Amino acid sequence: MNLLEIKNITLLKEGRPILNNLSMEIWNGHVHAIIGPNGAGKSTLANTIMGLSGYRDFEGDIVFNGESLKGLSIDERARKGITLLFQEPARFEGLSVSQFILAGAKEKSQEIVEEALRQVGLVPENYMKRAVDKTLSGGERKRIELASIYAMKPRLVLMDEPDSGVDIDSVKYIFGIIKDLKQAGSTVILITHSPEVLKRADHAFLICAGTLVDKGEVSRMFDYFSGKCIPCPHKGQPDTDKIISNVSTFALN
Amino acid sequence: MAEQSIIDKDALIAELLASINQHKFAPDVAHIEIHGNEVLNRNLVDGLIVESQSLEDGVSVRIKVKRGVTIKNPVHFCFGLIPENGVQRIVINTVIEEGAHAQFIANCTFPNAINIQHLMNAEIELEKGASLSYFERHVHGPNGGVKIVPVTKVRLGEGARFSTEFELIKGAAGVIELDYAAEVEKDATVDMKTRIFGRLEDSIHIRESANLLGESSTGVLTSHIAIKDKASAIIENEIVANAPYARGHVDCKEIVQNEARARAIPIVQVNSHLAHVTHEAAIGSVDSKQLETLLSRGLTEDEATDLIIEGLLS
Repeated sequence: MNLLEIKNITLLKEGRPILNNLSMEIWNGHVHAIIGPNGAGKSTLANTIMGLSGYRDFEGDIVFNGESLKGLSIDERARKGITLLFQEPARFEGLSVSQFILAGAKEKSQEIVEEALRQVGLVPENYMKRAVDKTLSGGERKRIELASIYAMKPRLVLMDEPDSGVDIDSVKYIFGIIKDLKQAGSTVILITHSPEVLKRADHAFLICAGTLVDKGEVSRMFDYFSGKCIPCPHKGQPDTDKIISNVSTFALN
Repeated sequence: MAEQSIIDKDALIAELLASINQHKFAPDVAHIEIHGNEVLNRNLVDGLIVESQSLEDGVSVRIKVKRGVTIKNPVHFCFGLIPENGVQRIVINTVIEEGAHAQFIANCTFPNAINIQHLMNAEIELEKGASLSYFERHVHGPNGGVKIVPVTKVRLGEGARFSTEFELIKGAAGVIELDYAAEVEKDATVDMKTRIFGRLEDSIHIRESANLLGESSTGVLTSHIAIKDKASAIIENEIVANAPYARGHVDCKEIVQNEARARAIPIVQVNSHLAHVTHEAAIGSVDSKQLETLLSRGLTEDEATDLIIEGLLS
């Protein structure tokens, strides 16, 4: 069963199509990965599904649980069960970790804050009263963001590069949360460049230049990735080559 | 008649303290309650000397913490006026003698204000190696009608430390004209913070300055202001570093909503090539990244904005 349907969406930025007649079906209760080179439109797609400012004006439709999301604000989408893990989490001067997690938590209790922090490998006593500000490292901030999403118990989580800025030891907690969310019935969409993150998905989509190039089982996506890019302005750029190389290396291993 | 007066006094103390949510102090906590031009009550501890004198429209207070004494618990001051109208002028002269340490908490309460003026003139001297932490919280009624004019001059001797926080978050701010100035000698540190929420037609003018005179002296001036409706705020923070290795930082953040208006004027001046002063100022609407993060957790825009402001002013 589809939880989310992306129906022929086209989104322009400065007259250029960032998403170009893109269609996808996201199965309920699965972990999906969206891969593709820099500038392919992966983060744009996540932002469009969430309805962020600057990403609401598009052609086509996005249907969540049978209802169109068109015209809905971010918070209305969130209250339907959609949330986004930002690639670069915001910092909140003066707001405690506990307040931040509770703000979106489904169940407003101290116990859920503690549980959420433990799930991401942070000792609650050391973090609950700390401010979500620049005194936290990027990795800590990311894990607190994930703890907040865990406490929210969403139906659909968009994770934009969940492992970026997180040290190798801590990545296991990110993967743990992805597994926990799936077990709890959430659907997860991973936007990633990382083969390690891609391994956590059940299913993957390859997009390039805002267009769906391929979709299928993760293992097959590795095999086909390097040969599937379509002609686009990004092809041949250093980032693109690096990504293709990374993913191909992983696939060969 | 005398008995009636005592009852009135007790009731006034109770009402003042209730308005700041403070009902009783432990015996070893120094506290002073001043209503209008009358010291209603006080409890002192060893090493703390407080002398007061009634003025026509207020009270003059001399405070001294004796050399080498550390006052264990914060000293609580409660200044206020229960009536709707009136003037309260507080003249304070404070000396923290060499090597002495204290914390003062001042609550200024005007819960029924319609037309109240609270004028504070303070001179604070911290001798060598002394420290004072001064926290001032204002509690106003919902309708404004208060004019607050705190003028404070602080002199910090060698190695002294002074930190102050001015908080006005509950109730309407009314008119605030805050002016704090510090002169900072060698190895001394001053840290001034203001946190104010302005609403309706509140008018807020903050002037804070630190003159870093001595080698390795430091100063941090922080103003976090949120204003909405038709409130206005002007923040002038100035640090002048005159000596080698003096260090200073000015941090001004203002969140502006509705038809409110804000202006920030950070001034940093360095008169020694070995000194260093920095500043950051951010004025405007709520940060969109913060807002979108909270919206994506299901908070409404109003809930998210309130939470961001609560954090900024916490």
